[in-house]
Amino acid sequence: MLAKRLVPCLDVRDGQVVKGVQFRNHEIIGEIEPLAARYAQEGADELVFYDITASAHDRVIDKSWVSRVAAQIDIPFCVAGGIKTIEQARQMLAYGADKISINSPALSDPSLISRLQDEFGRQCIVIGIDSFYDAESNSYKVKQFTGDEAATKDTQWYTQDWVEEVQKRGCGEIVLNVMNQDGVRGGYDIKQLSIVRAICDVPLIASGGAGTMAHFKDVFEQANVDAALAASVFHKGIIDINELKQYLANENIAIRL
Amino acid sequence: MTNSTTNIGSDTTVILDTGCANLSSVKFAFERLQADVIVSADHKVIKSAARVVLPGVGTAGAAMDALVNRDLVAIIKSLTQPVMGVCLGMQMLTQKSLEHGGRTDKDIDCLGLIPTQVDDLDSQGLPLPHMGWNQISVSDHPLFNGISDGSYVYFVHSFKAPISEYTIATSQYGEQFSAAIGKDNFFGVQFHPEKSAAIGSKILQNFLNMGKPA
Repeated sequence: MLAKRLVPCLDVRDGQVVKGVQFRNHEIIGEIEPLAARYAQEGADELVFYDITASAHDRVIDKSWVSRVAAQIDIPFCVAGGIKTIEQARQMLAYGADKISINSPALSDPSLISRLQDEFGRQCIVIGIDSFYDAESNSYKVKQFTGDEAATKDTQWYTQDWVEEVQKRGCGEIVLNVMNQDGVRGGYDIKQLSIVRAICDVPLIASGGAGTMAHFKDVFEQANVDAALAASVFHKGIIDINELKQYLANENIAIRL
Repeated sequence: MTNSTTNIGSDTTVILDTGCANLSSVKFAFERLQADVIVSADHKVIKSAARVVLPGVGTAGAAMDALVNRDLVAIIKSLTQPVMGVCLGMQMLTQKSLEHGGRTDKDIDCLGLIPTQVDDLDSQGLPLPHMGWNQISVSDHPLFNGISDGSYVYFVHSFKAPISEYTIATSQYGEQFSAAIGKDNFFGVQFHPEKSAAIGSKILQNFLNMGKPA
């Protein structure tokens, strides 16, 4: 049986792992390679590295660490941050990244998704979506350039429409970042994730809000996502990945132990 | 050294340089096992390898084009040492792939080394691609020495080789399919052993134990 995946996310800024609260006030957590190796050893099923400054500052990430991570760890990992061209994507994959995640550049030019898919196959094309609940209009909307508070802006897209669009254009997986929940550890947004799950035929990764082990159980059981991404609970040692996997297995969720 | 012109060791594993995207991941995985491994498209080097890996990710059409453009088809077919395809590399070992789209609407003629063919994975409504850690049931093929049924390995694919007499391991996602196939010295795995943690390393080590110099 296909196991539900636990995915620690390492936000990378200037070559170090950082974590902010609701995408702001970033604090340094540690160095990239030792953290990656530690998570792989502890039973993480996959890792995601986001260079959160890349798109906002119109530059690509320093890539040298991607190859060092690939040499060291024996689980899959995804690299995100400012990948805007076929050639940049090719380089990430050549360095040993299994997938590349595109967020802001796909919003600026949706055709990028289909071009990447034609070149590399959909299995390595992940679309990251930063979605927020807009109380005024009682709807979910997509934000762009969230790596930098000053550059963050609203887009024309309702979240559900963008989810449909990126699948049509050939993405292989979607990471739904629920911004209202990010870093506050109040639980995943089950309601929003369930709405997206219903229209998502590719693997769906929940992101934003994990605070307790029960939150993971809830998001797998109630929103039926394929994977759950989290950062601060792992970085700060609030939840131990091994213990979390044991807990989920005891709750009859398919987990790789 | 038996062959001074190519200057490779008698226990060297050669990863075929197909230009595909997971070359370095496969190479890194063998290096973690302290294996003597090189990436090459040189016919002399390939011929003198103790064993050969055919990697591959992407689409079947593009992968076969790469083998043709790099003049690798005939040499692969001529090999007598252990040859392992990984993911799309496994699919390339079959007779043909029904993966359409991308650059063509026609079936893709593959290497024809294992008499089976590749078609859509029928996930019965589950999300596609089949992506993540899934369990395998294994045969007594030496690739799976010491691997228990129910072991988790990492898959990423939307096409599959069906269950056939050439199946040497199975998995299930909507339908049951071949997690690995083999015939004679040619075999392949649909999953990614290079990304499958300790289980994957064990499978790669089993591969390294094949074709050892006498």
